[in-house]
Amino acid sequence: MLASQNNSNNEVLTNDGIPLKKKLSKSLFKSRLRAFGLVTPLLLLISLGFVFPILVFLTRGVYNDTFEKYMINLTPILAEWDGKTEPTEEMFEALVLDLVALKKSKNIGKVASRMNRELSGSRSLFTSSARKAKNLESPFKESLIQVKKKWGNLDTWRAMKVTSNSLTPVFLASALDMKYTADGTIVQKPEERRIHIKLFVRTLEISLIVVIAGLILGYPVAFLLASLPIRISNLLLILVLLPFWTSLLVRTTAWIAMLQGQGVLNDMFVVFGIATDEDRFTLIYNKAGTLISMTHILLPFMILPIYSVMKTIPPSYVRAAKSMGATSWTAFWRIYFPQTIPGIGAGAILVFILAISFYITPALIGGQDGTMISNFIDYHMRKSLNWSLAAAMGGVLLVIVLFLYWIYDRVVGIDNMKLG
Amino acid sequence: MLTINRVKVDLNVENNSFVRFQNVQKSYDGEVLVVKDLNLDIPKGEFLTMLGPSGSGKTTCLMMLAGFETATHGIISLNGNPINNIPPHKRGIGMVFQNYALFPHMTVSENLSFPLEVRGLTKTTREDKVRWALDMVQMSEFGNRRPAQLSGGQQQRIALARSLVFEPDLVLMDEPLGALDKQLREHMQYEIKHLHERLGVTVVYVTHDQSEALTMSDKVAVFNDGVIQQLASPPDLYERPENAFVAQFIGENNKIIAEVIEIKNSIISARTSKGNIIKGKKVNCGDIGSKTTLSIRPERINVGVKSENTSEAEILELIYIGDHIRCRMLVEGDKDFIVKVPNSSKIMNLKIGQKAKVSWSINDCRALDTLGE
Amino acid sequence: MKFLNLIAVTVSALMVATVATAGSITVVSWGGAYTKSQVEAYHKPWAKKTGNTVVSEDYSGGLAEVKAQVESGNVTWDVVDVELSDALQGCDEGILEVIDPSTLPAAPDGTPATDDFMDGALQECAVGNIVWSTIYAYDKTKFDTAPTTMADFFDVEKFPGKRGMRKLGKAMLEMALMGDGVPASEVYDLLNTPAGVDRAFAKLDTIKDHVVWWEAGAQPPQLLADGEVTMTIVWNGRIFNAIAAEGQPFGLVWDGQVYDLDLFVIPKGSKNREAALDFIRFSTDTKRLADQASWINYGPVRNSSIPMIGTYHSDSSINMVDHMPTTEAALKNALQNDFMFWADNGEELNERFNAWLAK
Repeated sequence: MLASQNNSNNEVLTNDGIPLKKKLSKSLFKSRLRAFGLVTPLLLLISLGFVFPILVFLTRGVYNDTFEKYMINLTPILAEWDGKTEPTEEMFEALVLDLVALKKSKNIGKVASRMNRELSGSRSLFTSSARKAKNLESPFKESLIQVKKKWGNLDTWRAMKVTSNSLTPVFLASALDMKYTADGTIVQKPEERRIHIKLFVRTLEISLIVVIAGLILGYPVAFLLASLPIRISNLLLILVLLPFWTSLLVRTTAWIAMLQGQGVLNDMFVVFGIATDEDRFTLIYNKAGTLISMTHILLPFMILPIYSVMKTIPPSYVRAAKSMGATSWTAFWRIYFPQTIPGIGAGAILVFILAISFYITPALIGGQDGTMISNFIDYHMRKSLNWSLAAAMGGVLLVIVLFLYWIYDRVVGIDNMKLG
Repeated sequence: MLTINRVKVDLNVENNSFVRFQNVQKSYDGEVLVVKDLNLDIPKGEFLTMLGPSGSGKTTCLMMLAGFETATHGIISLNGNPINNIPPHKRGIGMVFQNYALFPHMTVSENLSFPLEVRGLTKTTREDKVRWALDMVQMSEFGNRRPAQLSGGQQQRIALARSLVFEPDLVLMDEPLGALDKQLREHMQYEIKHLHERLGVTVVYVTHDQSEALTMSDKVAVFNDGVIQQLASPPDLYERPENAFVAQFIGENNKIIAEVIEIKNSIISARTSKGNIIKGKKVNCGDIGSKTTLSIRPERINVGVKSENTSEAEILELIYIGDHIRCRMLVEGDKDFIVKVPNSSKIMNLKIGQKAKVSWSINDCRALDTLGE
Repeated sequence: MKFLNLIAVTVSALMVATVATAGSITVVSWGGAYTKSQVEAYHKPWAKKTGNTVVSEDYSGGLAEVKAQVESGNVTWDVVDVELSDALQGCDEGILEVIDPSTLPAAPDGTPATDDFMDGALQECAVGNIVWSTIYAYDKTKFDTAPTTMADFFDVEKFPGKRGMRKLGKAMLEMALMGDGVPASEVYDLLNTPAGVDRAFAKLDTIKDHVVWWEAGAQPPQLLADGEVTMTIVWNGRIFNAIAAEGQPFGLVWDGQVYDLDLFVIPKGSKNREAALDFIRFSTDTKRLADQASWINYGPVRNSSIPMIGTYHSDSSINMVDHMPTTEAALKNALQNDFMFWADNGEELNERFNAWLAK
């Protein structure tokens, strides 16, 4: 009872009566502060330069205030409107007011682009009407419909009502091949316009095949590397790592030279009589080409974790199994293989995550049925400029990946993963 | 004329030879022989230890016996049958590895069950045998643990149980106690010895720890440089080393280099560099005029003139051990001459720097080869 | 004088090396043979005249980068070469500077610029420079009889082999209808109806299995050269370059061409607005536009430039005027890209086009 005392709560106290826990955390505080200070620059960089922009961008997938921001008169009235009754003169007047203002401030294009995504053909409806809006006189309903008949359509107004909501599920719905309508229901898009689900499925399928192919090709290589003498295995390891020192673009282009109709591989097939000169294999600009080149490019990511795990398995395990009467196969399958599973898990998840977001290779080699979801996110980022849809698709992809992580954690266990 | 260089296989094994090495040689690189012409017979039920410094070829011999290395030349037979071409899993030899090699992804029971499973035994038989083996090493409580949840000593017992669970006639142990601390190691030595006595299996044990070898074995084969230097029981090995290497390697040993000047009835006389004449038993020394290593155990030396051989000494260091005093002296020019003086009242007379006489009997002084000197 | 020139060149080289300074503008264009023609005809003479330097950058079209620069307030591009639809959309969205056409130089005969430029070449925020065309080209060595019409492109029985096409709805749908026998003048009327769109996709369906899709303008001549395709949709300047400069055995067909304009724009907030304006005025005068035509067969948008078009810069036997998309023969069955149509329907049609591709 000299060094420590117990108070009524059974807490251990130090000599001066302060709870031990408190004292301990106080004495650790300084070293913790120093440790935190060391990681602060990286933490700041990651949160400000990586996490924050991603979060901000992802919000675009559910939030787009273009309409609300510029159509200041019409937006509140549209919120009252039930979406079924005939639009009133008041609504038309507000619309004309907004069009005039937008033409003046040169923001009409922004609203027109946003509207056109909701209802095809709205761009010219807005831009041409805005040009004439200044000279319109009341009653605005008649005069505006005279300018463009489409203003009389209920669908136009419903589309505006949908667009006027800044916080909106339209982009998420669109990323899943669905359409959010004015009355709040979500319906499937017509068959000939459904594409995203197909692409998500294909992306997962391609990634999965790449993982499996990488495993089949990479496991024996890793095994060879791990069992050879260190001098030879280091040399072979350099060969495995060699592709890392070549740009991804160069490797992809090299595969084009290999796989194309007049390429090296097909020339060899012709020489060996596997294909005729006129009827060569189509190995590129399709799914096969994407799979072949992606498997090659991602193979090191499969081999290295498996190799590093294999290297830590002493040969005595297999010897022990054999001494107990196990055949080589049994010793491998029951003893060696289970111990390499952490490496397989790490390699598989690494390759899968890289594959699911692969972009350059499918863009160059994918052709029509070998492109992946990332190519479409890129398309909406750079070509169609529909950043909201791109954000929504990215968000869906993120959710899918997190879901797969969760499944992986449940089945294999995330802590059962080893990178070396 | 064609000469076929063949080793004669004696298939009529003498009834006490269970494991037999005949003219076995092994080379990894085709240039150096790590095992040079090994001949060894191990009777059934014997506990034989292969003892030697690292690189002496003892582990290689064990691995050849287990089947993980192939003999470059010669024949290894088990129970009268050559096993050179039999794969390890068909040899039916139990083995305990240096780091136990317990399968980390299996529980203790599964580890023990594995050799029975690959033999196709039924589930109930397996369970019975696993229980028996766990009881044997007093680990019945631990069947559901994983190896990583066990202490080193517990892992060691499981490894032992696993090598015995399928009741092999021969068990090989490759430095199984190397990773344990001293106290646990000594404890396990007795346990292994008792298990061996109880089960009557033949054990071939590899270690570089001579006290371990002396404690446990029926016979010890001392290896050096790919050759068995001496094969003998522990007392013989200690009392009657046949060459300088064994004398040095087993236990503590004082050596005096001297020149042989007379040989008579297997007693030699030799002159030291100080001109002193010392007599000893002729064991492994050359003819008159050659150098010899005179080997004397420290506990066989008396302070004062009591035996045939005497020499001048100066006390350099005294270490109090308890039951005896370790006394380092300068004798015949050797500053590391150790004498163990039994703890009795007269030790009070010993002082550092004191000049004294030491003596030892002819029988305790063995004239051996000069090891590379 | 020569010595002074040398100093000027050295100094300007140094200025390029030390990033953009006040006397330097960044001009962004589509790369390859096209950018080279602009460098030769516009950049070099303008730099020589004003002492400023021109940094040339490549991009692959679209307003994404311009939009990003303007919205972030860090505008590093001063002049951008864009397609007509982008010029209009960018102007509507307020991310481009307004350019007053009355400040542009008049033709040598005194005709004011506003009358000298082609219809549509002068926009509120953009000044046209060339007419370019999407056509198809073929490998002469692969066919005994040369294809002559758009219908031949879609006829894989008569003209076997793979086809290269652009992975975008624009121009491909129009060409599909023309290949199905629709005259150029009726194409957009038809495409405005659902039945017309269905008909275009049905026509594309007939050759879908034979198509290699390309995205960058440099790809199709390469596809032809590699033997990956026997015919490909291609931009006329690129294929002319492959034929004239590289001597490839390619032929091209003007029937069913879809032509379009390229225009210069200035991103809003450009730090070198005055210099950029000066560059545009200089580059779009009669002489420079005619000069450019001797480097690549994209047609000048000024009527006054056409009589001044000379021969190919490295081969005086090639009379450039014969290779322009705007010759009478080339325009026999030609279609001008309807930017309004694509501005309104581009998203929906491209979405359907992509869905069709993935099917």
